[in-house]
Amino acid sequence: MQIIKPEEVLAEYLPPLTDHEALVEAHRCLYCYDAPCTHACPTHIDIPKFIKKIASGNLVGSARTILEANLMGATCARVCPVEELCEGACVLGAEHRPIAIGRLQRYATDYVYERGMDVFKPGSPTGRKVAVIGAGPAGLTCAGELAKLGHSVTVFEKRELAGGLSTYGIIGLREPVGVALAEVEMVRRLGVTIKTQMELGRNLSWEEVRVQFDAVFLSIGLGAVPALGIPGEEQVVDGLEFIEAAKLNPYRLWVGRQVAVIGAGNTAMDCATIAKRMGAERVTVVYRRSEKEMTAYPHEYSFVKNEGVEFRFLTQPVEVLSEGGQVVGLRCVRMALGEPDASGRPAPRPVAGSEFVLPCDQVVKAIGQEKPTLAQVLGLQTEKGYIKVNDDFETSLPKVYAGGDCVRAKGAASTVMAVQDGKMAAFAIHRRLTSSVGAAAD
Amino acid sequence: MADLRINFAGIKSPNPFWLASAPPTNSGAQVHRAFEAGWGGAVWKTIGAPVLNVSNRYGAWHYGGQKMLAINNVELISDRPLEVNLREIRDVKRHWPDRAVIVSAMVESTPQAWRDIILRIEDTGADGIELNYGCPHGMSERGMGSAVGQVPEYCQQITGWVMDVAKIPVIVKLTPNVASVVPPARAAIAAGANGLSLINTINSIIGVDLDTFEIVPSIGGKGGHGGYAGPAVKPIALNLLSSLGVDEVVRRSGVPISGMGGISTWKDAAEFLLLGASSLQVCTAVMHYGFRIIEDLVDGLNAWMDAKGFKTVAEVVGKSLPRISDFKDFDLSFRAVARIDPEKCIQCNLCYVACNDTAHQCIDLVDADGNRVQPYAYDLRSNGKHQAVTNRPQPVVREEDCVGCRLCHNVCPVEGCIQMVEVPSGRESITWDQLTKARPEVGTDWEAMQRYREEVGIEIH
Repeated sequence: MQIIKPEEVLAEYLPPLTDHEALVEAHRCLYCYDAPCTHACPTHIDIPKFIKKIASGNLVGSARTILEANLMGATCARVCPVEELCEGACVLGAEHRPIAIGRLQRYATDYVYERGMDVFKPGSPTGRKVAVIGAGPAGLTCAGELAKLGHSVTVFEKRELAGGLSTYGIIGLREPVGVALAEVEMVRRLGVTIKTQMELGRNLSWEEVRVQFDAVFLSIGLGAVPALGIPGEEQVVDGLEFIEAAKLNPYRLWVGRQVAVIGAGNTAMDCATIAKRMGAERVTVVYRRSEKEMTAYPHEYSFVKNEGVEFRFLTQPVEVLSEGGQVVGLRCVRMALGEPDASGRPAPRPVAGSEFVLPCDQVVKAIGQEKPTLAQVLGLQTEKGYIKVNDDFETSLPKVYAGGDCVRAKGAASTVMAVQDGKMAAFAIHRRLTSSVGAAAD
Repeated sequence: MADLRINFAGIKSPNPFWLASAPPTNSGAQVHRAFEAGWGGAVWKTIGAPVLNVSNRYGAWHYGGQKMLAINNVELISDRPLEVNLREIRDVKRHWPDRAVIVSAMVESTPQAWRDIILRIEDTGADGIELNYGCPHGMSERGMGSAVGQVPEYCQQITGWVMDVAKIPVIVKLTPNVASVVPPARAAIAAGANGLSLINTINSIIGVDLDTFEIVPSIGGKGGHGGYAGPAVKPIALNLLSSLGVDEVVRRSGVPISGMGGISTWKDAAEFLLLGASSLQVCTAVMHYGFRIIEDLVDGLNAWMDAKGFKTVAEVVGKSLPRISDFKDFDLSFRAVARIDPEKCIQCNLCYVACNDTAHQCIDLVDADGNRVQPYAYDLRSNGKHQAVTNRPQPVVREEDCVGCRLCHNVCPVEGCIQMVEVPSGRESITWDQLTKARPEVGTDWEAMQRYREEVGIEIH
């Protein structure tokens, strides 16, 4: 029997570029002016600049160029859907291979993290205090940017570790935990205090936070995973917990022999990949709509297909079947596409008499997350259930700002968008907290 | 198939490609292998005065990820015993009667020393002799090499001593480390040289080590100038070659020129032929990739000659020389403007930044609605490949303001995207020479120049 070692099968998928590979690739960059890759990047990293610094051998300068625009540059180098962003916009993409921007960014940021080098220093103290709620990419970025500007920042994180989804939710194949934690430490070294296992409403008082700090930034992410609302649901494993266990406790992760994954977003793809790599003989993604409507990025879909994951489109689970506490199958019904629904996509309708049982011994669900519930608790105005913010990322409460997935009423939630929110909110908070007009932050 | 055979001052070879006098021709074994690969001839690494070499003798200049755009060396002439070299030369020539075996020589500047070496070379059966007046390092400190080539009188005197003795063709190899190669060339011709060759290597320091502050390459902590060669020197070589080709004295003498300096491909070779070289010597490209490159040098040159209808090498030689002109004879009324093909343009904007920052500010960025926009004008909240690509402005040349400098054409990474298009200037043809003969004040007085410009409609802003 083959022994599966998680540290091998779930290790970072893409190897780091060698020095030679990086140099050759960096030289291939045309050094476009007002480059489309920079425009396409939500944080607008000056990509030709950082690439040419790799070519010139100025790796610290390269990393600084990246981190100036995107403090979570090492994470983004790994998790960004570059095909949809920078690399998708590369002028070489039309007729040649686009520049491997993500991997070059990883090369430059790894260079400074591996050597324990800091490219920024804390700013001169302003005497202003800011609280950040949630230590995910948006919160850490906001905290770090504010610290660079001299503000005293405390981050409150409900989990045991900081880093948010970078630590808990991105599969190790794409980003090892160490990368996320190195970014947390970098933010700490900028003078930011990070207090973990502190949660609003549990052991952290909202009123005290508002009194003790000059401004607050909420980066609380999304809420719980919604219920499927089908019989046998208690047997279903939550996808985010599945990924978290694979990252932090892989030897205690139980993976079935035949795994059904419900949902067809990027998290579902990640769960399917983990199940397959951890030894499941058969992994089937069950999705009630068709291939066309699935929300996973095309490159993620193509990746899992290569991993050997199977797909059952137009299939809705209706019951988890168990025998003696052990899952034995997923009863499903076939669907047909009808008129567009509220999301604008054709609404799937069950086909009468089409029920069948998909044999499986584990069911994992990855069907998105609920809207942040904290908004109502704190009395914030919302937009489509997300926290409502203005152009400065300020909520309906003065000096309370928000960013990241919790405000993502428009567009797809992603790490890089969260980073941009955190950065822009930090600049807005800085403008608010400093009396001088024309804030230096810009 | 074109006939690639050449007859250079009586030295015959099956193709015009000779290995230059350098490390590739250091020994009989190497030259045997080169001839097996197809080289038409070899100029043996210079033999003559006794020398000792040092380690770390080759430096190189790398650029943009490309290795060895140029090499620099402080290697001296052959450090192998003279007898060994002469024996191997004899052996090679016996095995390869159809190939050109030329022996480069350099000895101390006395008639006796030159007489001795010439006789010994001729005794090998070699086809010709090349006098090394070019080596810019080491040997020149001992009064040889470029120390001779830089002084026309020495060139003439030593060449005279050689010609008094030599019965086989003698080629004088010139140094580029002079203000003009014409005087030493004329001196060699005056002394009766049968051929000229150029260029030898150029004085150079390849670099400085940023960790140790030593010169690169470090020779026991020291370094110094060496001889520079390779692809990067080709334009310099072409200029010096053409300066001989257009010189009346050189031309009238009918003395053939063997061209070298950065020849790496058949295209380089064709350019050297077009500018007057009738044999070609190669070194750095061989030092980079080995003798095997001869295959494409011959194959490519052949294909090009066939395509252009040339039957012999002689038909190609010097064909572009009549195009060499001085600035004063250029047509001041010739006008060309840059035109960007939007179908081919990938919108890298390298033309825009080059023109705007460093040339004549006549390329605009134009959006889909035809409006001129500034770079980086997009909304910072926009992102993603779709927004970045679909809203990207197109660089467009404002032709009325374009001076036709050709910088954009040069920086454009897309073949055939930016073309220089000739447009009527509306002015009669006139050269600077003609203009200043007719109106001398235009060349000395800005107000007169201004009047002239207004008269003929030249607007400069």
